Amino acid sequence: MPHNTVDFQELLVRGQSGDKRAIGRMISHIETYGLTENLIMRQLWAHTGHAVIVGITGAPGAGKSTLTDKMVKYWISKGYRVGVIAVDPSSPFTGGAILGDRVRMNDLALIKEVYIRSMSTRGQLGGLSLACSGAVSILDACGYDIVLIETVGVGQSEVAIMNVADLVLVITVPGLGDEIQAIKAGVLEIGDVFAVNKKDLPGADRTSRELQMMLDMNPNMGERQPPVLMVSAEKNDGVGDLCDSIMENYGCMKESDELLTRRNRRLREELLAYMQDRVYRRVLAPVIEADSFDDNINGFLSHSRNPYAWAEEIVSQIEEKIK
Amino acid sequence: MADKKIRILIAKPGLDGHDRGAKVIARTLRDAGYEVIYTGLRQSPEQIVAAAISEDVNAIGISVLSGAHGYLFPRIIELLKEQNASDILLFGGGIIPDDDIPGLKEAGVAEIFTPGAPLADITNFLRSRYAS
Amino acid sequence: MSDKQKWAETTLAKALERGKERKEFKSTSGFPLERLATPEDLRSDYDTALGYPGQYPFTRGVQPTMYRGRLWTMRQYAGFATAEESNQRYKYLLSQGQTGLSIAFDLPTQIGYDSDDPLATGEIGRVGVAIDSMKDMEILFDGIPMDKVSTSMTINAPAVVLLAFYIAAAEKQGVTADKLNGTTQNDILKEYAARGTYIFPPAPSMRLVTNLFAYCSANTPKWNTISISGYHMREAGCTAAQEIAFTLADGIAYVEAALNAGMDVDDFAGRLAFFFASHNNLLEEVAKFRAARRLWAKIMKERFHAKKERSMMLRFHTQTAGCTLTAQQPDNNIVRVAIQSLAAVMGGTQSLHTNSKDEALALPTEESVRIALRTQQIIGYESGVADTIDPLAGSYFVESLTDMLQEKAEEYIARIDDLGGATKAVEQGFIQREITESAYEYQKAVEVKDQIVVGQNEFMVEKVPVGQLHKIDPATAEHQIRKVTEVRRNRNQEQVREKLDALRAAAETDANLMPYILDCARLYCTEGEICNELRAVFGEYRATEVL
Repeated sequence: MPHNTVDFQELLVRGQSGDKRAIGRMISHIETYGLTENLIMRQLWAHTGHAVIVGITGAPGAGKSTLTDKMVKYWISKGYRVGVIAVDPSSPFTGGAILGDRVRMNDLALIKEVYIRSMSTRGQLGGLSLACSGAVSILDACGYDIVLIETVGVGQSEVAIMNVADLVLVITVPGLGDEIQAIKAGVLEIGDVFAVNKKDLPGADRTSRELQMMLDMNPNMGERQPPVLMVSAEKNDGVGDLCDSIMENYGCMKESDELLTRRNRRLREELLAYMQDRVYRRVLAPVIEADSFDDNINGFLSHSRNPYAWAEEIVSQIEEKIK
Repeated sequence: MADKKIRILIAKPGLDGHDRGAKVIARTLRDAGYEVIYTGLRQSPEQIVAAAISEDVNAIGISVLSGAHGYLFPRIIELLKEQNASDILLFGGGIIPDDDIPGLKEAGVAEIFTPGAPLADITNFLRSRYAS
Repeated sequence: MSDKQKWAETTLAKALERGKERKEFKSTSGFPLERLATPEDLRSDYDTALGYPGQYPFTRGVQPTMYRGRLWTMRQYAGFATAEESNQRYKYLLSQGQTGLSIAFDLPTQIGYDSDDPLATGEIGRVGVAIDSMKDMEILFDGIPMDKVSTSMTINAPAVVLLAFYIAAAEKQGVTADKLNGTTQNDILKEYAARGTYIFPPAPSMRLVTNLFAYCSANTPKWNTISISGYHMREAGCTAAQEIAFTLADGIAYVEAALNAGMDVDDFAGRLAFFFASHNNLLEEVAKFRAARRLWAKIMKERFHAKKERSMMLRFHTQTAGCTLTAQQPDNNIVRVAIQSLAAVMGGTQSLHTNSKDEALALPTEESVRIALRTQQIIGYESGVADTIDPLAGSYFVESLTDMLQEKAEEYIARIDDLGGATKAVEQGFIQREITESAYEYQKAVEVKDQIVVGQNEFMVEKVPVGQLHKIDPATAEHQIRKVTEVRRNRNQEQVREKLDALRAAAETDANLMPYILDCARLYCTEGEICNELRAVFGEYRATEVL
């Protein structure tokens, strides 16, 4: 790890004392080098497990950032420290990105108890949910009581990101054309709490009723009956109730072991990903990066050797070594 | 494996609402492969520096057309210093008379781009600073 | 086969075999340009498409005699530093033959902050004059008879407040409101779309706009209540066709808001004014003004069933395009401004501001302002283009361009209608996205020299030091802060509190706020105080950033 000279332990100590620069550095580090280098997660683990992790998703134009801004202010007023990770999963092929979610949260920048970070995909979605998970752990370890992960809800990638959360808030608004269709089925199923934003717009009641109906009729919802709340982020109306409902839901999940089940599932997935990555780097990478690998490939292509037989041989050798 | 992205904060400090330049720069940098954090209009120097620190950006680019550059640039530099973040580069553009540029550079502004500067000047400037 | 086709297949084809044309020719609005317009390209009938000046559809102009009766109003946008200094500049401009005033306000004034507000730091008196209370308005018009000048105020979000200061200051001069003549820009939609000096969210902002309409309709019959502006959207990067479309779509939204507020279309439509940019593409710009005039008349007649002819007239102010000025070889800008002014005059503008050559560098100096004004005077008195009405009418090319631009604009307006109108389109970021897209395309064209900008990306010279630039005295801010503090000290505090409370209470209802604001203005309440009462009730707008 030649490029990795950062003293993560020192950054963590600084981050825990409220130094946002250190927190920013740690997250950049994870974004750049991945979770597995420098055993970051091992250092973080002892400090995590305290934060409530809330995913916030919804169609473009649903007012997610404005609502997030108001929710953060509410929780701050209740004495919580809040971290926000604003994820923009849409980046063009150049690898660059414009991240503009902060615009609606600019007032929060100067509040000591709030940390906001924008994240892009950097061309690989799988990596994003891992990086996002790492950022959540950092904020958790640095004493943020609530961590919000905000992303636009349009496809599978967001579902993966939302899996990082303990519970998910789905936001919709009246007037998105065929309103309920705007909430894709997959997004509907990951929701634990629903909010109909811009409740003063005509049609808000109808949107709320239709949403309730769809939730009732959805065979995949099981026993869950997620609440549907009406809010107006712009007028700061109903935001407190929404926040309270989220916390109440979290409380129920904790009591019913649902939280444990979810965290169990998440940790299982993360560990699998983590181990795959470690095994790849420590065991397979040397094989693949060796010059002999290229020579072998050329041999296979001339059909003088069987590649699959070769691969089995390599795996057997690795197994022998491990024994 | 390492995917080191250069992150740049683009902001409009002060009260001026003419953001054509800031938006064109944001797009140009995106297309050149940078990760741009755009904070939009009416940002105080304090907000800009706080955002730059949280976002762990490499550089801040601001656009000032209102004539308030003499206050805004030095104030941002001062705040970066106060918060031990002087390694974050500050560059900018807008309607800034030639006479004022040496003073701004002396205060610590890395580069000033005046109206009509080719977009390539800006990407070249950043590339020269962040050649890996 | 038509004669034009025959020509194309014979004479033209031979010439093209010998040598290609320089490039592909497109209008700045993106559609291909005719190589040669001929009578075949005239698609419409003279009487319905063009008609006569002063008559529907007003393609040829809104007045029957146009500039043969009176030249356009030469109105230079000016204002800087303090009311005292701007007052001097206005008197100078009037003495030089300018015929109307146009007040530029500084940014704190435009966004409803007093000069001693921390957010005003660094901005006081920079891009215009700082006006904190009626006191500053009195100073601004000291020695200028307010019943004699026509005053245009570039003020939007707090337009009601600044108009109240103006009316109250006039009362002190002994001039009653009904004698006042001028314009408040009062166009909030384009602030959300392009210019950025908004305060409140769209719904209460639209209420203030219509409050001003209603108040003026009853009290200041000569006041133009709004100047629906395409200028800033064009400056932000949109094309000529988009400029027509977005401006008229905003116009439609204002008319609908006023109708919803219970007004009769013919009671306010005649006081609506417009404001466009004029760019370098001379013929396209002339066509733009003509197309906009014809389209607005059609909209007012067919969509809103206006009865009075005046309600259908698109009367407009023009400013030459600031974004076309180059910081390099600034003297070249004089030529650009001359071409742009010519377009505005041949397009039938009612008033004109000509930019000064040094505006890409700083606020203009007195000398460069004079050259800009002289440019208008040369066009008016020497060029002869003002001697006959709508001189380019009947040009095959200009008429076909006029038709094309109208068609493009109508397509855009239909899309905006589909989104639910201009307010919705702005809230959803549609207009912003279109503008940003066009701006980026243009910039890329300049970058690769598809678009030549003389002196900037071609025909460049070694940088030469420019002459003297206008500087704002650093003492301005201190002076202004001292003044507003003093105003606050020397007034009847009890009455002030009472009237501010009354304003807040009224804001909670559906009442017209103009009379309440006027009460506050007369007592020397400051702009910041008045706006803060409204902020408390209306909240503040956060932009939809579209990138």
